[in-house]
Order: sequence, then structure tokens, then C-alpha cells
Amino acid sequence: MTKRIVILGGGTGGTLAANRLRRALDTECEITVVDRDDDHVYQPGLLFLPFGLAHEDDLVRSRRRQLREGIAYRDSGVDHVDVEANVVHLANGEVLGYDVLVIATGARLAPEETEGLTGAGWLSRTFSFYDLPGATALARALREFTGGRIVVNVVDLPIKCPVAPLEFCFLADWYFHERGIRDRVRLTYVTTLDGAFTTPVAARSLAGMLQEKGIELVTEFNTGEVDGEEGKLVSYDGREVEFDLAVVVPVHGGADCVERSWGLGDALGFVPTDEHTLQSEVRDNIFVIGDAAAVPTSKAGSVTHFEGEVLVRNVERYLAGQELDASFDGHTNCFVESGFGKALLIDFNYDTEPVPGHYPTSVGLPLLKESRLNHLGKLMFSWLYWHSLLPGRNLPGVSTAMPRAGKRFEVAQGGS
Amino acid sequence: MPTKLYAGTEVTVTDEGFFTDPGQWNEDMAPEIAREAGIGDLSARHWQVIEFMRTEFAEKGSGPTVRALGKTSGVSVKELYQLFPKGPAKLAARIAGIPKPRGCI
Repeated sequence: MTKRIVILGGGTGGTLAANRLRRALDTECEITVVDRDDDHVYQPGLLFLPFGLAHEDDLVRSRRRQLREGIAYRDSGVDHVDVEANVVHLANGEVLGYDVLVIATGARLAPEETEGLTGAGWLSRTFSFYDLPGATALARALREFTGGRIVVNVVDLPIKCPVAPLEFCFLADWYFHERGIRDRVRLTYVTTLDGAFTTPVAARSLAGMLQEKGIELVTEFNTGEVDGEEGKLVSYDGREVEFDLAVVVPVHGGADCVERSWGLGDALGFVPTDEHTLQSEVRDNIFVIGDAAAVPTSKAGSVTHFEGEVLVRNVERYLAGQELDASFDGHTNCFVESGFGKALLIDFNYDTEPVPGHYPTSVGLPLLKESRLNHLGKLMFSWLYWHSLLPGRNLPGVSTAMPRAGKRFEVAQGGS
Repeated sequence: MPTKLYAGTEVTVTDEGFFTDPGQWNEDMAPEIAREAGIGDLSARHWQVIEFMRTEFAEKGSGPTVRALGKTSGVSVKELYQLFPKGPAKLAARIAGIPKPRGCI
């Protein structure tokens, strides 16, 4: 009997899930991907755009064309999911029934949740580089910037790619050096966290790098208001940080269609999901991949890639009435661009924080340490993204489970 | 694990003062923990948040973040910071006798 699999979202997660499922399942299964537009943005490239290191046109490709033959595509928004009736109501009025639903709707930027952020100065003095219009407007503003104070502010977690705001600081340091005006630019990183990063060992390394590059660090700053006219961030407890130009990473929520679907999302619109099987806690026939899932790991493309293998296995097992595989370990792997042609690499999972060492073994890439090799790895990733990751292939030498070999776990001992 | 004496009962807490066993908590302890945390008398609004924290923990196994609290507790984020200055989610969790809310990565 024909089984119908509907995948909401044609981004990283939806595309690689669809391609992997198409290969894994026989042609009896119908697979349909739904997205509201045909623009697949290579999101890691958004970091480079403000510094003239990437061009808008190179970051966007057709969503539909990343899908294998035998996958249907619906070019429509999603109004809501009726989890009781196992149907999806599309914005164009069409109704899709499903046997299995895969939610890959990602995270939504919600700048409007921060008082003042989208008011005076938005996209002229205050920016976000987390989408194409923001990153493009910021590129223009940085080109014209001749001196003053730039603050980079993370309002609250979770955010996509939690290292990106730090990378932005490192690249800004490099960018103004290159332009010969670094001494006229004051750079300040303002975060809600109590350190430069969420985990202690990496937070110490990254804070050290900020210091070396002369970037100020302001911690435990809970932004209550962004005043683009006066040029200041104001925290809920009344502290102020002044700026000439602000790069603010807005708070994130789940997709609107998740929020509109009764019983599907949590308070922030992310879908409660078993962190090891990727089955939703809402219904047994709903699975979740990527940023849409409320699981305690980073919202990042690498995580989504690693989730792909387990998700597809579990959809297969669910359809066959078998027990699910609870093996997803929260594996995250991120290149952290540090400027001047170098980058760091961090590799961690639910139980292991990023530590120094090498990846994937003791003769691999250096972890938590700047190197040119890591920078090349980051550049190469763009090609791998379109040609290996989205088609749903495993990357050579990169396992789904986090490798332990090569990691110096003793460094984390005595950390908090 | 360190222990603390609240309302005449010894309880175990983490180094940061969070209860390791929410079952050891009772309402008489909250005002004492609040005083220790630098918060004066607990108002009805404080209690609304404390009770909400306990219910959320019982249902979901983890206390909510500030933003989730602001969306679901009936108390705005701005007011949460007035009630529990510095860190509403952490402070309210500590006073409500539940573990430290699981952070994001």
C-alpha cells in the first residue's frame, strides 16, 4: 500500500531528508516537499557577505532542483498542520494527507520581539546579518564605515549557528585591519551569556581570542531595548552600551505554521522532539529535523546533516512497525572563522563539550585552535553542502556519531 | 553535595544553590531562599511565577527560559526582571526548588 510522506520545508533538513528517504524507500512511498518559495539560501555564506567575501547571487539556488527525481514539490506556504487528522493545510488551500510528517521548517528570526529593534535605524544603523536583506544592507554600511563603535549583540538563545556572532567579530577585526582603520574602530561583543560561549573550555579559548584581537566582551547583558536613534542597547536591569553601528542577532522562534498548528510547538514555536530518535513528542508519526526541533544541541547545518541518517532510519522503522533507533548523540561540528585566513574547529555532542585535540583522529584537523587548514575546510564546505550534504550522502571520514579519538578530554576536567 | 537548612529542614543543593531534589521543597522554604538571593518579601506576582515554574517542571522535566516564561506565565519579561533582577529564570528556579534550567547551546 502506498505510504505518503510529507516534508515541511525545503531547506537543509527537508532537502537532505527527502533525498535520503527517496533512496532508502521503495517507489511505493510518495514523498512531497512543501516550501513557500524556491530560494534555497546557503546560510553559512551570510557571515561572509557583509565583508565582501561572498556575493548574494552565489548563495541562492533553486530548492526544487536540489531534490532527486521522484520527489514531488509544492510551491506553497503552510497554513497549519492538523495533527489529529494527519493532514497539512497549505496556504494555497490544498490539503495534503500524510502517513508520516517530517517537520523541517527551521527557525524564524523575530526582531520584532525586541523593543525598538525594527524601529528607527533598522537596516541603516542597526542590522542583522542572519538573512540576505540584512547581510546585504550591512555590507554597504561597513564599506562606508570610517570609524566609531560597533557592537555585536546576541539578544537571547537559542540562535542558529551560535558561533557566527563571534566569527563576525573576528572577521570585523580583520576587515578593518585590511582597510587600515582598525585603530579607529572600537569593537564590542555583548552577550546574554556569562562568557564568550555556552561551554566552559571553548568559552575560555574564545574569550582569549577576543582579548588578543582587542575586542571588548560584555556578558550577562539581557537586551530589553535597542535604541537606533540614540545609538544604545539598554538591558532589562538598566545597563547601557552605546554604539555607532549595531549588529544584533535577533531572538529566534519556530516557523509561523508551527505556531498556528494546535498542539505542535512549544512556547517558542519549536517542536518537542525526542533528542535521540528525532520522533516528535506530539505524535508518533511526526518526525523533526534541523532547527525546528526543540533538542538541546546547536541549531546548525552540521547537526542537521548528522540527524539525517538517524531520522531516515527511524522513518523506515516506524513504517515497518519496528522499534526506533535512539542513537542520535547531538553531534555538532563547526568551523569558526577567526580572520586573517584562519579558522578553529569545534566538535561536540550532548554529553561532551568542545575540547582541544584533533578531529576526527589524532592526526586530523586541530580542534579549538586557529589554523589555515580549518579555514580551507570552511571554504570547501560550501561545495560539499550542495554536492554531498543536500543530496544526502555521508561525508567521507565524517561519522554521524561524535568521534572520541583525538580529543583531549582531560582539559575539561576541573571545568565547571 | 552541599546541604542547606530551610524552614527547619535540611535539603541538598548544588554549588549554585539549586535543589537537587524538588521533592524536598515546600512553600515555607521559598521566602528564606528568596531572602538569601537578595530578593525581599515575595509578592503575589512572585508566587505566580514560582508556581508556574513548579508546574512547568512537573510537566516537562525542566524549568522554562525567561523568554518562554514571558510568553506563557502571564508575567512579561520586563516585569520578570523587576521581580527577579539579574536572571529571572535562574532565580525563580532556585526559589521554586527546581534544578537550574537547562541552557541552550
